Amino acid sequence: MKRLVVGAHYGLMDWLAQRITAIIMAAYTVIMFAATLGGVTGSREVWHAFMANGFIRFITFLFIISLCYHAWVGVRDIWMDYVKPATIRVTLHVLTLLALVGYAGWAVQIIWRLP
Amino acid sequence: MSEMTKPRPKYLALHEIRLPLAGYASILHRVSGAGLFLMLPLLIWLLQLSLGSGHENAALFSTVTGNILVKLILLGLLWAFLHHFCMGIRILLIDIHVGVEKQQAHTSAVAVMVVSLALTLIFGLKLLGVY
Repeated sequence: MKRLVVGAHYGLMDWLAQRITAIIMAAYTVIMFAATLGGVTGSREVWHAFMANGFIRFITFLFIISLCYHAWVGVRDIWMDYVKPATIRVTLHVLTLLALVGYAGWAVQIIWRLP
Repeated sequence: MSEMTKPRPKYLALHEIRLPLAGYASILHRVSGAGLFLMLPLLIWLLQLSLGSGHENAALFSTVTGNILVKLILLGLLWAFLHHFCMGIRILLIDIHVGVEKQQAHTSAVAVMVVSLALTLIFGLKLLGVY
């Protein structure tokens, strides 16, 4: 059977997710850039204490998950725009997804093993 | 009527197309996003080194971030992030119908370029350890 590999109603959901994750990341960005100007990167000790704080750890976790979801939607859009052959496109989608899931796990364990 | 039957261009002559500034800002939004995605492993690795315990992590972090090529990459990524951030806010505003008129859209595109470059300068100097 020959059929086109196209969407199935997940477009709106991903569009919305892209916006929600963007807002979460924008808020986190403002907090982190303000903290940077406030001197939290002044020394390793201060930086470690800051990142180990419960609230900061919580929002950093949200940031990491948001980033990976957001990047998934964005990078998938790039592949969909420029890569036409279905096999190559699906392969790139899978590789992107695997990379992002791996990055999320890697980044989360970095912030979670802080004492 | 003859206007309607005029032959349409069958290809996109990219070098002849004059995009408005918002068009370039939009392309840069995609380019910066792709660049950030490709460089994610480097950024997570640096986060790991910066938060890792022990002398080895601290020493390796200093060595890596002290490299001039790495500094340039990080400066580029800082701009990419800030451009993506500012352009993202512009897109979110347009989503809720703020600034959709032609002149407003142009002004906001100029603002995205200017603000992202200004913020890159402010935090770039921080990145380079000037203050």
